[in-house]
Amino acid sequence: MTSSHTIHRGDLAKTSASGRNVSDLVFKNLAMFFAALILVLIVVMVAEMWNSSALSREKFGLSFLTRSIWDPVREEYGALPFIYGTLVSSTLALIIALPLSLGIAIFLSEITPPWLERPVSFFVELLAGIPSIVYGIWGFFVLVPWIRSDIEPILSSSLGFIPLFRGAPYGIGMLAAGLILSIMVLPIISSISRDVLKAVPRAQKEAALALGSTRWEATKIALSYSRSGIIGALILGLGRALGETMAVTMVIGNRPTISASLFEPGYTMASVLANEFTEATSQMYLSALIEIALVLFVITIIVNSFARLLVWSVTKHGDAARRQ
Amino acid sequence: MMAEELISVVWQKPEVENQSTDGLLEKSAKIMAENIHAYFGAVHALKGISLKIHANSVTAIIGPSGCGKSTFLRSINRMHEIIPGSRITGKILLDNVDIYSMDAVFVRRRIGMVFQKPNPFPTMSIYDNVAAGLKMNGVRNRKTLDEIVEQSLQKAALWDEVKDSLSKSGVSLSGGQQQRLCIARALAVNPEVLLMDEPASALDPISTAKIEELIYELKKSYTIVIVTHNMQQAARVSDETAFFYIGELIEFDETKKIFTAPSKKQTEDYITGRFG
Repeated sequence: MTSSHTIHRGDLAKTSASGRNVSDLVFKNLAMFFAALILVLIVVMVAEMWNSSALSREKFGLSFLTRSIWDPVREEYGALPFIYGTLVSSTLALIIALPLSLGIAIFLSEITPPWLERPVSFFVELLAGIPSIVYGIWGFFVLVPWIRSDIEPILSSSLGFIPLFRGAPYGIGMLAAGLILSIMVLPIISSISRDVLKAVPRAQKEAALALGSTRWEATKIALSYSRSGIIGALILGLGRALGETMAVTMVIGNRPTISASLFEPGYTMASVLANEFTEATSQMYLSALIEIALVLFVITIIVNSFARLLVWSVTKHGDAARRQ
Repeated sequence: MMAEELISVVWQKPEVENQSTDGLLEKSAKIMAENIHAYFGAVHALKGISLKIHANSVTAIIGPSGCGKSTFLRSINRMHEIIPGSRITGKILLDNVDIYSMDAVFVRRRIGMVFQKPNPFPTMSIYDNVAAGLKMNGVRNRKTLDEIVEQSLQKAALWDEVKDSLSKSGVSLSGGQQQRLCIARALAVNPEVLLMDEPASALDPISTAKIEELIYELKKSYTIVIVTHNMQQAARVSDETAFFYIGELIEFDETKKIFTAPSKKQTEDYITGRFG
């Protein structure tokens, strides 16, 4: 018995040949178009910054990167103190945040019972959602006085023989910027590291435990298994630290100097852009600021590529494992 | 240094002490399970298993999927308890001492395990994979490590294939070699008992034959418990066989007897392929 609902042989083939291949083609090209937009955006941005910074590039050339002078009155500009401030404050933030984040990640992925994991994770991720101006206000009114009255005196009396910890305790300065940044990158690094550690196959953990490893030894195995992911987390944290503007601006002191001591004020590329773009009255001033933006962009790209290379070099073994 | 001395003493452990504490059988019981009940949450996976595993013999555990054979194996080295929501009651005696009264870490150092899927540590070299357990035990002396790594790889019949590439990644080996690497890794800490959870089920026939030969060699110095889906394999490698069905031990006897004249109908049905 046949009814009108019967599908005849070949009917389905016909539909797919006509209708579905076209929709696949549209889908594919649409997706490719969106992906290409990203590239176009980057190229346009770089071109725009390149053109707008022409005045400054022509006048100072490469010496823009190595000069420490920043004098809008005499129209003399150099980016070195800002590059230095950005790199040092970000590095400091990572050095402080890495052990803390790993501790949090290990606690959340390996140790805590499920009923505690969720609320703790929630609060860690909440830190990532706090606007940076709030961190800045807190840093200025709470963290900085605390650094001035306690942290810096203690550091200089115990570690004062190292140039890093010498000088007058201003409170405001590179150390404050590093500390506030470390708090801001902490949720990123710890929540990604937690996910990476949780993704370690059960078989790996069991292999370690069955060898008679303690919990710590099994965790070391898990850390070694997931090291490329943890480096990835660190890179994302670094990306945030390099570009962070508001909170840093409020606590770093905004003085374009390079000094060995972390207690001294500094300045970052992002901060100088935020502080001075409204007062850039002359063409040259504006052009120098835009060149700083270009330098920040390039440094971010270099740091990210370098980090990619690092991940790639440590994952050669790991990838072989996953391909099995 | 203390740990190294300890290892070197344990390493030269005499072959076997064959005192018959058991009146009926010549071999001594290495492991005695008494009324083991295991649970995953509300699931009652093992329902009162009592079993005697003899020293220097191979005991096979067979049965259809989900019968609790792996759970039983994992309760012997306290791996069952690492799964959230798991619970276990009853006693498992290792040389007459209840393993649930010992530190789980020490139990696992005496009872090694080989898993179904080869699981070498991917970030470590072949050498470091074998040495992993020793390093955890505090052995740092390079010469001692070299020696034990070589011996363990030899016992696992892998030495000749890898002796020139010890620094290569453990995962660069073939599946069968990886499994023998895992066996070498387990042997390096010189356990008394070796638990094998379907060690050949992910391997090709040639690698499987190698593992089976290895089991035959290893039982001279180790007590082996092997879970297998493959009844021919159980018949080939084991001295005694336990048949599990839905969490219960149906029959436990000499392998020869299980496969030729089982005393229970269910066992006969299973080994003749009528179900399972």
